[in-house]
Amino acid sequence: MRGIRKEFPGVVANDDVSLGVRRGEVHALLGENGAGKSTLMNILYGLYRPDAGEILLNGERVVFSSARDAIRAGIGMVHQHFMLIPVMTVAENIVLGVEPRDGLLLDERGAERSVLELSERFGLAVNPGSLVRDITVGQEQRVEILKALYRGADLLILDEPTAVLTPQEAGELFEIIRSLQADGKSIIFITHKLKEVLEIADRITVLRRGKTIETVPREGATEASLARAMVGREVLLRVEKQPAQAGETLLEVEDLWVSDDRGIEKVRGVSFQVRAGEIVGLAGVDGNGQTELIEALTGLRPAERGEIRVGGRELRHASARETLDAGLGHIPEDRQRRGLVLEFSLAENIALHDYATPPDSRWGWLFPGRLIARARQLIEEFDVRGGGPLTPAGALSGGNQQKLVAARELARDPQALIAAQPTRGLDVGAIEYLHRRLVAERDEGRAILLVSLELDEILSLSDRILVIYEGEIVGEHTGEVSEERIGLEMLGSERKVPA
Amino acid sequence: MSEPKRDLVESPEQAASTGTLAARISLSQRAGGVIVPVATVVFAFLMGGLVVLATGHNPLLAYRDIFDGAGLNWIFHPTTNTAINGGVPAQAAFNLSQTLLQTTTLILTGLAVAFAFRCGMFNIGGQGQYFVGIIVASWLGVDFAGMSAFPHILLALSAATLAGAVWAGIAGVLKATVGAHEVISTIMLNWIAYYVASWLFGDGGPLHWSGAANATTPLSNPVSPSAQLPVFWGTGGGFGGLDIGFFVALAALVVFWILLNRTTLGYEVRAVGFNPDAAAYGGINVKKNLIRAMAISGAFAGLAGALDLLGGNTSNFQYGPLDVQVSQVGFIGIAVALLGRNTAVGTFLGALLFGSLLYGTTQGLTSNVIQTDLATNLTYIIQGLVVLFVGADILILYLWNSRRRLRPRRAPHAPAKAAA
Repeated sequence: MRGIRKEFPGVVANDDVSLGVRRGEVHALLGENGAGKSTLMNILYGLYRPDAGEILLNGERVVFSSARDAIRAGIGMVHQHFMLIPVMTVAENIVLGVEPRDGLLLDERGAERSVLELSERFGLAVNPGSLVRDITVGQEQRVEILKALYRGADLLILDEPTAVLTPQEAGELFEIIRSLQADGKSIIFITHKLKEVLEIADRITVLRRGKTIETVPREGATEASLARAMVGREVLLRVEKQPAQAGETLLEVEDLWVSDDRGIEKVRGVSFQVRAGEIVGLAGVDGNGQTELIEALTGLRPAERGEIRVGGRELRHASARETLDAGLGHIPEDRQRRGLVLEFSLAENIALHDYATPPDSRWGWLFPGRLIARARQLIEEFDVRGGGPLTPAGALSGGNQQKLVAARELARDPQALIAAQPTRGLDVGAIEYLHRRLVAERDEGRAILLVSLELDEILSLSDRILVIYEGEIVGEHTGEVSEERIGLEMLGSERKVPA
Repeated sequence: MSEPKRDLVESPEQAASTGTLAARISLSQRAGGVIVPVATVVFAFLMGGLVVLATGHNPLLAYRDIFDGAGLNWIFHPTTNTAINGGVPAQAAFNLSQTLLQTTTLILTGLAVAFAFRCGMFNIGGQGQYFVGIIVASWLGVDFAGMSAFPHILLALSAATLAGAVWAGIAGVLKATVGAHEVISTIMLNWIAYYVASWLFGDGGPLHWSGAANATTPLSNPVSPSAQLPVFWGTGGGFGGLDIGFFVALAALVVFWILLNRTTLGYEVRAVGFNPDAAAYGGINVKKNLIRAMAISGAFAGLAGALDLLGGNTSNFQYGPLDVQVSQVGFIGIAVALLGRNTAVGTFLGALLFGSLLYGTTQGLTSNVIQTDLATNLTYIIQGLVVLFVGADILILYLWNSRRRLRPRRAPHAPAKAAA
């Protein structure tokens, strides 16, 4: 691809971008959210037409006017969100659109046979007869890869393939990529995770703000050098922080029991305290009661029994409004479902907690000018990019949406802050920003409860670590602790029996 | 503070300048906000035209006569037509006044659907809430005959508005407390209102026309003159000129816009409508808002009923079981709101369109131009098509986008490519 340019109304998504992929190469395309990776790949896959530039395939100039043309030319793409039909079998999904026929009917046996052959050849273990709705996410991804291979792909585009996978599944995916490579296939691997790039890629092209920054071989590249190329400045991958100066207890939970919507007890007698000026990390595998615990703390779900105190105020029966008034801030784990009204403007989202009080409103009358003024100030202070006070929140990138949520919560000057998955799905620059900000807020004397599924994040930010397993706190650590030990506790093998 | 007059979400063009994918999607959806209703109307009229054609008439002539029948030709020569009920040239003015009477009702029944929609609910109960408004307006308009005009009108209108609010509020309470879906409960409340009204106004009913001579006439007592709305354009009396109810409806549009965009109540309603989870997280009481939004919706429809009765837009300030059976205004309000994208301006335009159709198809259409049985039904055909197609955003946006995709193929900008 040479000199590719693509403009959307008001923005240049790709500006003179060039990308060369060699046969049998794993080529990583690295860049922050919004750097233009997806646009570039959509052009290669025939979904967009470039405004300028050309695509050369095996030395010949090609013009794709649809994905069909690209597929015919041997290009396959696995999107981040899979496009499979749940009620059909694996084999049916793979052959969909190019079915082997037996008269007018689908040659089911033939389809399964060719799928099996393919899957054995590349070491992509799937069961052709299972229904897609019954298989795991990792298997769905294999089905997508097989779908592309079945259509004769020589060049395979994988868009953020590990975003949905567990570490173990990601390892298996890398094995598959290596066997595809051994077979002479070329792979473009889109990601913003540096570790993966260094593990799997032969060469790396970095995009930043729609421009090609560099193409480098893996040898000699480091996480730090790639991060610098991506973000355009030095990035601190480790969080710098002083030891905590913990003060009085601001958030206190005692013997809390919470049930989920189906009445199953998800939080079972949890007790802990978070003091001013410390970050307490709550580690655990997804679904061990973290969500219910947070919802109970923030007044979004009633607790069966137990006590919750924020700054000494009893909040067990409090509504969400009362927890807010008590000085509890909350960065929710799902910013799009919980944290923001995506259709609302940034200004309206910033007012989400305080719209009903002066200065935002008085006697029920809203003052849009004041909302806008405050939004403008916070957008500036928290460096939210991608829009002004009147832009709908849904138009922002994930990182900027999260900054917007953080801006709103922190601007309320909460005593205690619950940060749930604060960096999920964000890129390096945004993660760095939020981590630094959380530490700074800690140093301001806030009590911070950090709930995260990323063990790295917990380990690097927390002053104290709690481990939750099946709704119980099974471990508590201060100071140095090994990743393995916490990992084991998260899986329940170090379970303590509460007295 | 610098831009207090602006809307709180910027226009599609401004949003697009941010350039992310989401911005572009939101742009096309908002652009669809104008494209879809217009395309829907055009398509519905085309289909309606085909039906006219199938009966052997010229659709263009039929639509022209409906246009004239609605009095919309008045705008071409307004000054010569200021007098109503006085000769042929004044016919257009009279027709227009009648069209605007229909529009008055439809604005309010449209708002009744639109307001609930903005809170994420579908109020199918506008018809029942309208009946409740009529019942209360009829009772108060007849029984408090001794009052002087202004307080009497105010009393009847407010009470009917409140009654509509309570009636719709029942559906809101059921949804908030036991989770009963508002579509089901408002439909059931429609039938309750339907039969209660039929009984009240029917022979021997409590609101039935008193006096031995009227014993078998299925109509209510006529509203006392003190509760009748003043007419400002044309002559008064049953089926008379345009009354001040029209301005009440216009005021309701303004109230609707202000409530939604300039009050904390509207902020809560919209937050709950867009994303109840985020609203709850923001500290908004979702259940309270469901009830309140339904009640406000019902208030609009209740007011519609009162204005219809007190404005003499029904048979001579009376109402009867037969009127109950044929009234469709609550349901047409659904099409009005859908077509108007649940906005104040859109609802006004939608109401004007259906008001024109409703009245235009009853006036001066001869069998030379259209099969007379078809005339009124044409309105309902178009209404049905609108409801059917206005939900088809995706289809229409797809067609619209593919039209745009085709364009560069016809005129490829080859020089730019060659240079690269």
